[in-house]
Amino acid sequence: MSQGPNMVVCIKQVPDSAQISVHPVTNTIMRQGVPTIINPYDLFALEAALRLRDQLGGKVTVLTMGPPMAVSALRKALGHGADEAILLSDRFFAGADTLATSYALTSAIQKLDSQHPVDLVFTGKQTIDGDTAQVGPGIARRMGLNQLTYVSAIPSIDLEAREICVHRRAEGGVQVLKTKLPCLITMLEASNEMRRGSLPDVLRSERAEIITWNAEAAGVEDLGKCGMKGSPTKVSKVFAPQPRAEKAKMIKADDGSPASLATAAIETMLAEDAGLLKVMAPQSTSA
Amino acid sequence: MAQPPAAPPAKGRAKTTELPEHLKAYKNVWVFVELEHGRVHPVSWELLTEGRKLADALGVDLCGVVLGPKAEGTDQAIAEAFHYSANRVYAVEDPLLAEYRNEPYTKAMTDLVNKHKPEILMLGATTLGRDLAGAVATTLQTGLTADCTELAIDADKSLAATRPTFGGSLLCTIMTRAARPQMSTVRPRVMAMGDPDRSRSGEVVRESLGMVEDEIVTKVLDFIPDSDTNQAQLAYADIVVAGGMGLQRPENIQLVIDLAQVLGAEYGCSRPLVQKGWMTADRQIGQTGKTIRPRLYIAAGISGAIQHRVGSEGADQILAINSDPNAPIFDFAHHGIIGDALEILPALTEAFRKRLSVDRLAG
Amino acid sequence: MTEHFDAIVVGAGPAGNSAALVMARAGLSVLQIERGEYPGAKNVQGAILYADAVERVIPDFRDSAPLERHIIEQRMWMLDDHAYVGSHFRSDQFNEERPNRYTIIRAQFDKWFSSKVKEAGALIICETTVTDLLRDTSGKVIGVKVDRDDGEVTADVVVLADGVNALVSSRAGLRPELKPQEVALGVKETIFMPRETIDARFNLKGNEGVVIEAAGTITAGMTGTGFLYTNGDSLSVGIGCLISDFAKSQVRPYFLLERFKQHPAIAPLIAGGESKEYAAHMLPEGGYHAVPQVHGDGWVMAGDAAQFLNAMHREGSNLAMTSGRLAAETIIAAKKAGKPMTAATLKAYRKALEDSFVLRDLKKYRRLPQILETNKHFFTDYPRLITHAAETMLRVDGVPKLDKERAVMASFRSTRKLRGLVVDLVKLGRAWR
Repeated sequence: MSQGPNMVVCIKQVPDSAQISVHPVTNTIMRQGVPTIINPYDLFALEAALRLRDQLGGKVTVLTMGPPMAVSALRKALGHGADEAILLSDRFFAGADTLATSYALTSAIQKLDSQHPVDLVFTGKQTIDGDTAQVGPGIARRMGLNQLTYVSAIPSIDLEAREICVHRRAEGGVQVLKTKLPCLITMLEASNEMRRGSLPDVLRSERAEIITWNAEAAGVEDLGKCGMKGSPTKVSKVFAPQPRAEKAKMIKADDGSPASLATAAIETMLAEDAGLLKVMAPQSTSA
Repeated sequence: MAQPPAAPPAKGRAKTTELPEHLKAYKNVWVFVELEHGRVHPVSWELLTEGRKLADALGVDLCGVVLGPKAEGTDQAIAEAFHYSANRVYAVEDPLLAEYRNEPYTKAMTDLVNKHKPEILMLGATTLGRDLAGAVATTLQTGLTADCTELAIDADKSLAATRPTFGGSLLCTIMTRAARPQMSTVRPRVMAMGDPDRSRSGEVVRESLGMVEDEIVTKVLDFIPDSDTNQAQLAYADIVVAGGMGLQRPENIQLVIDLAQVLGAEYGCSRPLVQKGWMTADRQIGQTGKTIRPRLYIAAGISGAIQHRVGSEGADQILAINSDPNAPIFDFAHHGIIGDALEILPALTEAFRKRLSVDRLAG
Repeated sequence: MTEHFDAIVVGAGPAGNSAALVMARAGLSVLQIERGEYPGAKNVQGAILYADAVERVIPDFRDSAPLERHIIEQRMWMLDDHAYVGSHFRSDQFNEERPNRYTIIRAQFDKWFSSKVKEAGALIICETTVTDLLRDTSGKVIGVKVDRDDGEVTADVVVLADGVNALVSSRAGLRPELKPQEVALGVKETIFMPRETIDARFNLKGNEGVVIEAAGTITAGMTGTGFLYTNGDSLSVGIGCLISDFAKSQVRPYFLLERFKQHPAIAPLIAGGESKEYAAHMLPEGGYHAVPQVHGDGWVMAGDAAQFLNAMHREGSNLAMTSGRLAAETIIAAKKAGKPMTAATLKAYRKALEDSFVLRDLKKYRRLPQILETNKHFFTDYPRLITHAAETMLRVDGVPKLDKERAVMASFRSTRKLRGLVVDLVKLGRAWR
């Protein structure tokens, strides 16, 4: 048994929202040709796990639930340096909301845990296609792991004492928390920077066998809790936002100079909301 | 563990669905009043204002949930919840709730829900609210819709929760028909806050936590307030100035900061600048950053991609500066200047400086 | 430890994909290295696909490739500011079982093409930039270095299919820097509208498609052309001119495209559509004389990097795929014969190109780039004269036809002089031969 922590990082393959567009005629998402990426927030989780492995040894397994094409996200993760990758793929998982997703992922992590106890489960703080930020807490709750969300730093971990200390972003400040392993950590964005895998890592990732588990292999006990069936929320409609009727009124100035434009802009804004002057430059109120 | 309500098989696309018998006991609209260090997060009042509309549409009560230590701040929060139109407040007061921790908060909330059975439970999509909501929803085995931008009651009296999806390119409406409570989180500044009515009060229902410190594994060692670390306070700023890729070079961020300083404003940026490492993530405005709702928003050199639009279009007044007349930002800005942000920003700073000093002399 | 492959292919565009696929299928160990996030990431949207070149690499491509429409009609227009004259060729014969030309969306097609390369057994890595070529003491190319840690990898031969900018080839001194008069900058955008609208506007049914090529005053006196392709539910509209001309005229490409879209010949075709996906792309248009050395010790060059583009017929991807395939076949033959990958062995690639349409077509039009670059009146005077002539002849206004003919001839002669007209004719005639 290895000395370092046994870590599982949950990732999700998402369409790159920066490159997504809505078909102007049919008002549906144009998925064709939209590249898929690893959910950017998950990369902070993966990097955090890789850093712990660099420090302490151990193993980083990436896990995703998705269609067979999600293999490419796993390969990317391997290319960044993860040790092993598992794809959870089954038609029973299709259409899952966050509750059903956390159920399926939990089944797989529990199976890994039975093979070799898992010390840390990592997720990103949220996905960019769902933005729900619930799958992490869902897994923690189901597995009875101590839940540490919005973690910005992991200053210390003591495998002997089974203790971990983290910085957690809270409203208005940072909490310094101490808890017991095993735990679930969702990493805050910008908490680290994803490394660029070496050439041997990338070559290995392209050749690696990706372990694929269907519901049975993942040890899912209740298919009724998976996919569409296990999802209490249902999407009732999808629609494009209403475009605003009016476009911006362009501010013009006779000579077109920045100074004249600026003056004209200020007068226009104050004409709309004279009260702005009162909230401007609070340092002047004391004068 | 709570007894999860057994979900009956979904019935196709039936327009109105009769609620299963065991869920009919779930009544009233609840809003979690987020109290930390004696202060209530303003999103709670925004949610109570919104919750009032939902409760009226359903003809039920609006209730606040206050969790915290026995302290003046907690009493104050309870009183204020009534000012923001709650009919009733459920309160759990216990020293273990002094600092937010997932375990005791989840227990307090799930116990309250299981005992008093609300049909709708709303929380702010803050770091605290999301941490709590995910754990509560999983424990209760119910549906949770995050980051809603619109909430309504549909024909069969279910909550229709609308939220942006795919980076804000589309909106989707999500229903939780066969489980209760219907949970949703809403980001700060998405809903408008109503005026408090200081004369209002109501019934307080107190419950106990039923937990001792030894049962809680996670300990809070310290709390480092943001005032010590110069974190951005974008969400509640009256005036926000932000820059985008039109700034061209990292050092030009100073032009944004200069204008913000003259105006006493907060400053921020669009996503690419954070990705390039020119500004910190706490200053990002947009779908994956902060939602702002200032009286005045000045966007300089920001193209206005949908992801940015979602986080900024709630501003009362938007002035956009962009050299490309076809930039999408002009589709939702109120006023526009076609020009180079690098020239217009210093001109604005100078013109505001003059205007404000004149005004100060006159005043 | 440095890994070794039979061949390394730099780039995953049409040339690199053909080369990698053909070699992998022949059992060679192939590493393909792409700079972009995924194959096709660096490619602009609408384009034309020439079936023959694809068929020779993937015979059954029609079963699975993302194809938009097959082309049944070609329109060649000459435009002045408010009119166009031109020819339309439409044939039901193009509605054949295996159509000859298709419109495609490059990003999708390249991704599909790459999946075939992968199926054939090549190892493809993306988001990886080749920074340098590795050479042995004799100067023979023996591998590449990439922008990752432990980034050296060796191979018997390196296929440089690194595109128009040819960053790797240029850095290694294997390809001269592009001259502004040898490169065109094309800008295009995709305009979405319902399929039925496109079918009605262009008289199409099923998967039939139309291509319009346009030249004239739309390029504001610069050497270049405009085009419009019909895709499934969108139109690709674009215009391109030589970089040297853009530099001289200070006209912004985007402005040119906007003006082209507003031309009375184009505007009604795109009316009501929604513009999305504006993109710019460079095209090597130097022609035969700009083709660099395409082989050496341990390396061959294919596709845009080697300037394999026929500007006259607006063909590029077919030259790229064919050159990639010929490079691969040369390497496979050498491998089978047990020959080292030296310049002498790889010379067979140059020979194969000369025997194929790739270099033969480029050679045929070898004079064209220079003539068009130095005779801008082909893009200004002639379109005006010709449209004016057509208008004069067609207008029924009581003027006898003979007088009209005289007036038309006079306008030609006053603009170009008799000698100029003859010289232009000779020039064009020679360019065409």
